[in-house]
Amino acid sequence: MKFAVVVFPGSNCDHDAQYAAEHVLGQQAELIWHKDTSLRGADVVILPGGFAHGDYLRTGAIARFSPIMQEVKRFADAGGPVLGICNGFQVLLEAGLLPGAMLRNANLHFHCEHVYVKVEQTDTPFTLACSTTRPLSIPVAHGEGNYYAEPEVLARLEKNRQVVFRYVDASGQPTAAANPNGSLNNIAGICSEGRNVVGLMPHPERACELAVGSADGLVLFESAVKAVSERALATSR
Amino acid sequence: MTITNDLVAQHGLTADEYQRIVEALGREPTLTELGIFSVMWSEHCSYKSSRVHLKTLPTTGKRVLQGPGENAGAVDIGDGLAAVFKIESHNHPSFIEPYQGAATGVGGIIRDIFTMGARPIALLNSLRFGSLDDALVRRTMAGVVAGIAGYGNSIGIPTVGGEIAFDESYTGNPLVNVFCLGISRADEIVKAVASGAGNPVYYVGAKTGRDGIHGATMASAEFDDRSAEKRPAVQVGDPFMEKLLLEACLEVMRSDALVGIQDMGAAGLTSSSCEMGSRGGAGVEIDVSLVPQRESGMTPYEIMLSESQERMLLVAKRGREAEVERIFEKWDLHAVRIGEVTTDGRLRVRHSGEVVADIPNTALTDDAPKYRRPVSEPAYLAEARRLDLAALDQSVAPRDAFRRLLASPAIASKRWVYHQYDHMVRTNTLVLPGMGAGVVRIKGTKRALALSTDCNGRYVYLDPFLGAQHAVAEAARNVACAGGQPIGATNCLNFGNPEKPDVMWQFVRAVEGMGAACRALDVPITGGNVSLYNETDGRAVLPTPVVGVVGLIEDAERVGRRPFRSAGDVVVLLGDSRAELGGSEYLKVVHGTIRGVPPALDLVREAAVQRLLVESIAAGIILSAHDCAEGGFAIALAECCFDSGLGVSTDMGAVTDGEAAFIDISTLFAESASRVIVSTSPDNVETLLTGAASAGVPAAQIGTVGGDRIRISVDSRLVVDESLSDAESIWSGALERYFERARAIA
Repeated sequence: MKFAVVVFPGSNCDHDAQYAAEHVLGQQAELIWHKDTSLRGADVVILPGGFAHGDYLRTGAIARFSPIMQEVKRFADAGGPVLGICNGFQVLLEAGLLPGAMLRNANLHFHCEHVYVKVEQTDTPFTLACSTTRPLSIPVAHGEGNYYAEPEVLARLEKNRQVVFRYVDASGQPTAAANPNGSLNNIAGICSEGRNVVGLMPHPERACELAVGSADGLVLFESAVKAVSERALATSR
Repeated sequence: MTITNDLVAQHGLTADEYQRIVEALGREPTLTELGIFSVMWSEHCSYKSSRVHLKTLPTTGKRVLQGPGENAGAVDIGDGLAAVFKIESHNHPSFIEPYQGAATGVGGIIRDIFTMGARPIALLNSLRFGSLDDALVRRTMAGVVAGIAGYGNSIGIPTVGGEIAFDESYTGNPLVNVFCLGISRADEIVKAVASGAGNPVYYVGAKTGRDGIHGATMASAEFDDRSAEKRPAVQVGDPFMEKLLLEACLEVMRSDALVGIQDMGAAGLTSSSCEMGSRGGAGVEIDVSLVPQRESGMTPYEIMLSESQERMLLVAKRGREAEVERIFEKWDLHAVRIGEVTTDGRLRVRHSGEVVADIPNTALTDDAPKYRRPVSEPAYLAEARRLDLAALDQSVAPRDAFRRLLASPAIASKRWVYHQYDHMVRTNTLVLPGMGAGVVRIKGTKRALALSTDCNGRYVYLDPFLGAQHAVAEAARNVACAGGQPIGATNCLNFGNPEKPDVMWQFVRAVEGMGAACRALDVPITGGNVSLYNETDGRAVLPTPVVGVVGLIEDAERVGRRPFRSAGDVVVLLGDSRAELGGSEYLKVVHGTIRGVPPALDLVREAAVQRLLVESIAAGIILSAHDCAEGGFAIALAECCFDSGLGVSTDMGAVTDGEAAFIDISTLFAESASRVIVSTSPDNVETLLTGAASAGVPAAQIGTVGGDRIRISVDSRLVVDESLSDAESIWSGALERYFERARAIA
């Protein structure tokens, strides 16, 4: 199967996502320039981390106008799995593919550290192989990851089980101390109503090998592979 | 316009130097030419005070692919690859405008690396500030850290290590030295040359504005109370533009349509054009009216001297123009043809066709003034080197000194700093910051690189020759502790005003010491940077020759790490301990003084210790390794426990050469060199001790890992007995508290 990793000017985790999919997981992964208008038959789309267009306006605010985003929307509307990581999550918010917005981290500093996140929902294409009991150790690295949504939007997210990832401590509790950026309800990642579009601030692609400190993020990519093959099986029936 | 004496002086040129300009040209210079000469002959660009001394450093070796003289140095790391690296200072701008000064420092060194055709994969920074009790210093440090983070994070190059030290002498003159390393194919290193008559010269990147004019000249003068007025000479960085430049330039380099490329750093368009021409033995002719400009009405003088950031000058192969332009267009950049390579070896600058400068390139580069400035031993030395322990307050118990040292900003965890840096992007970081050397793997190979920058300015202040040797030895020892064989070095020499004979003496002695240590440890210096005039109101900073060493780890799965591994492991101390408190962190923190002679350094022993480390880590015998530096044995031991969740119990005997009243203190906190605390499994102790003996390295089994306390005995007397969690919380929170407290007050 094939991953498409979209490259915006200023993306800087594009190579990391490609490396995880291609070298760690052994799948195909192609970099797609943001001015392209085709996803070239990809089964999964990743919007990677970075600083698209320098993030000089709101993060992700300009990237949503890139030509490739029309195609990403079409792909998502058709139920295709889309994963936005960090800046990619911010782009999904700006593009309206996911609800809510990002504020600056509560302490106003960029923050890079391994944190624990709990997977709460396993019915998305990026979490179906995950366990909901053991928290994952995955790094965050962002200055604007403080998730915000209007109260009614937040209530709807919780009610619809769209909060997929939550910041927790090592024992799995969503404490204030475990929240690295001030996100409402310790939210680290959410999915769309259709559940096929997922965005999260932590970087699973940076946690795919024990050599770099953790392999806990790999299960998200493995989930995608499983999801795509199950989907193919379902359509072939 | 006539060139008056005043005008010459305003340009920082002496009457003699002006005469040389007239001789080189065979006539009076135009104003534009005077400006060009003034920046190229500034200390910052010409190294006029330092060049004769730098020539004495060892710069060659079997792995050296590129020594000094290019944008950066390069060493062979096997697998057909080269490590391209350099360290550079951005001290003066960082005091005037901390955020932008530091950010543009990062931007500048990254450009130096990718112009060599290498993809940058790691940054380190070596920082020096005044006392954190001073609000202005905290503001400067917070700004510098944010600036480094703002630039490095955005461009996507991890900051994987470095060091920070504090001394009042840096209050008005912080040091911001940034190291960058990139990887390229060994046979595809790109040079900064202009050659091939008729080849087009392109300008790419940000537009030229009036920012940074005379930045190089500013960096060649001391600070005084009017320095704040120099703010317009600090540039503003745009990491997004640089990210585009980086990707576009690497793509152009792969196309084979390029002849040479150089970034417009200090002295901007001037230095890039004449240096490229000079290296290629060619001339360069440009028309500055074609240069993309941000402001209207800019004069040729301003355009040539602007230090606007994120600009590159490149020479393409004739006939390949469309290819080059197309690649830059893809990245929304515009490559503008502003001139061509000529055969006459001159820098000819036109403005709408009219010649405004016409200078032989060599007059600006190789033939720039070189001085052997007078030296004399500083008056402070004799007194400062005298250390009378008996005169010191003896009421501070070892346990209290231990706690105070753990909380000292130089020793305390730098977590508050490196959590602001993206240190994991590119997924190569094998050892996180704060653990000694930074370690990055080289994807596509089995290898990894260990990187460390070091310098103890107190040692250099007390003995420049020995202190500079320590800087080399410590940086190399740190990479060896990670399992890396030191293979190359870069230096950033931060000193005061070279026109003062005592400062020049420090500089000359330090360069001599550095050269001797590099030869003994077989680490050639492949490039670097000199930063002089680091003075405020006539007072110089501690002489700070920072050394960055690159170490090659053959097997990325065998990396040495600082934290202890398992309870029951045996602790072994390599090296000899002596009562060497001179210049120590203990004297500074507990007694507020910088005194005595620095620890002795036997370079043969040092080399043996480093070899033993590299071999035993590769063999899996040494499980953890950490060298004794600031704070001596006791602090190094505590640091081995931190982040491991393991306590330790040791007895290393006592130093025997010290003053009776200071035996415990000397045993715990003296900073004797070439000492490393390692741990090994009980099964391997004999192998390690035998290996050490045959390598000529003293090694003693001193204790066991385990428990939840740090227990240090001296000759069977328990002198430190601290709970691990208490010690770790003092150490990990000390730095943060300075900034939290400040915010609470604000």
